[in-house]
Amino acid sequence: MARRVAIVGTGHSRFGVRYDVSIPELAFEAIREAVNEAGIGFDDIELVVVGNAGGWSSEPLPAIVVNEYAGLSGKATLRVEAACSTGSAAIKTARDAIASGDADIALAIGVEKMNESPTPTVVEFIGRAGNYFWEFENFGLTFPGYYALYATSYMFQYGAREEDFCSVAVKNHYYASMNPKAHFPRKISLEDCMRSRYVAWPIKLLDSSPITDGAAAVILASEEIAYKITDSPVWIEAIGAASDTSNISKRTTFTSLEAARLAAQRAYKKSGLDSESIVKNLDLAEVHDCFTIAEIMAYEDLGFVKRGEGYKLAREGQTYIGGLIPVNLSGGLKAKGHPIGATGVSMAVDITRQLLGRVEKGRQAEIRHGRGLAHNIGGTGHYAYVTIYSLSKPRGD
Amino acid sequence: MLSKSPPVVWRSRIYRYRLIGCKCKNCGRVHYPPASACPYCSSRDLEEVELPRVGKVLSYSIVYAVDSDARERSPVILGLIDLGVTRIIAEITDANPEDIKIGSQLEAVFRRIGEDGETGVIIYGLKFRPVI
Ligand SMILES: [Zn+2]
Repeated sequence: MARRVAIVGTGHSRFGVRYDVSIPELAFEAIREAVNEAGIGFDDIELVVVGNAGGWSSEPLPAIVVNEYAGLSGKATLRVEAACSTGSAAIKTARDAIASGDADIALAIGVEKMNESPTPTVVEFIGRAGNYFWEFENFGLTFPGYYALYATSYMFQYGAREEDFCSVAVKNHYYASMNPKAHFPRKISLEDCMRSRYVAWPIKLLDSSPITDGAAAVILASEEIAYKITDSPVWIEAIGAASDTSNISKRTTFTSLEAARLAAQRAYKKSGLDSESIVKNLDLAEVHDCFTIAEIMAYEDLGFVKRGEGYKLAREGQTYIGGLIPVNLSGGLKAKGHPIGATGVSMAVDITRQLLGRVEKGRQAEIRHGRGLAHNIGGTGHYAYVTIYSLSKPRGD
Repeated sequence: MLSKSPPVVWRSRIYRYRLIGCKCKNCGRVHYPPASACPYCSSRDLEEVELPRVGKVLSYSIVYAVDSDARERSPVILGLIDLGVTRIIAEITDANPEDIKIGSQLEAVFRRIGEDGETGVIIYGLKFRPVI
């Protein structure tokens, strides 16, 4: 039987353009905070899982350089990659090692430095994160273009408007304005977003997440060790993972991400939660809003609302605190920033702190159920991870 | 655009110029781009088939943030095109963005795609244009 696993320490660097630090220095900002918060020694860590998508950062051995700088050389270690869901994959890898009994204490660290190469190169690398030849090189399709095909399809099928997409950006910037770790800690208006230039119609610049450097870390521990370390462990209740085709032209639906829907159903099944009434069991969610259309599809793929009604949640402000379910109180990828490999771990850090009532006033959710959800997508629905974090010890398998 | 090795260009030479997919002899489904394994049932028993050259727009985008070697043509209209037996993502050419709607009829044409740097190969390939 798998062992229960909890988060016992969290760390988060400032997100932004971080020309001031190298990859290991950036990672260490998060690692040091997580280790201190857990109140353990570096010696106590048995496994280090480094989430780093790489490509633009020219660091071929990120796990090795991060560990050496942190004084963790000698530990069991590996680098994990699942595109933009790399961070969640790192957490799953560390969780699995503890659940299996292979380790008692593991560090999952996500780190990305995207501002090491000129922006067109970064956009090109991200564009290639779909299919190398057929859907990029040949046809000039960049990453926003993939999501734009979904946005167009969604608008046509359900009657959503560009204003609905922009309302997601306005919300996420509003909450980022209260998050001192955010890349863009400032509010924007609906007009700001609507007036911003098109990147790939109907997606505008302010519908898009920025190119961000950042790191986030969590210390995971087995049940026995977790209770020795802390009075307030936050449990990993369930992880659902899924994937989809490389070529998006091989898919049949362009108004939702099938991998996200599958990952959610798997997570709900493992946790024993009723997928029909999932919002009644959650206090908040962090979802993958690399573009605003992605957050709206997430509402539906996670089952918060019926198909075709996600844009209404955005339009009616139902994903602010006090609404049906608060979403992206950290500012989301959109305004907190999206350092690829760090994003999934950053979601875990913020949800943990939310559940423990530790985030800034104004963006603190009311915690009644003691449960938060992270929805982390790699590529354009190529990978999907849905992770449920809980204050209550999860049921056994 | 990053440089490509000659073998990569060479391997794709036929499919750049002809609209070819693969039909699975096991499950009967057609896929594009062609591959020697069926993505739907894993069968290796496949045959190459010419795909229909006329299709309709399922979705589209007007892409301003384009690859460096397509900048002079920005914005690029990108289409997700239903060919009936399968779908394809391709650039839509010879059209203004306002001419394109979901459901618009398109046909395949042969066009210059780009070049690999100043001294590299000039790449040709398939695009789609509105049926007049
Ligand atoms: Zn088949």
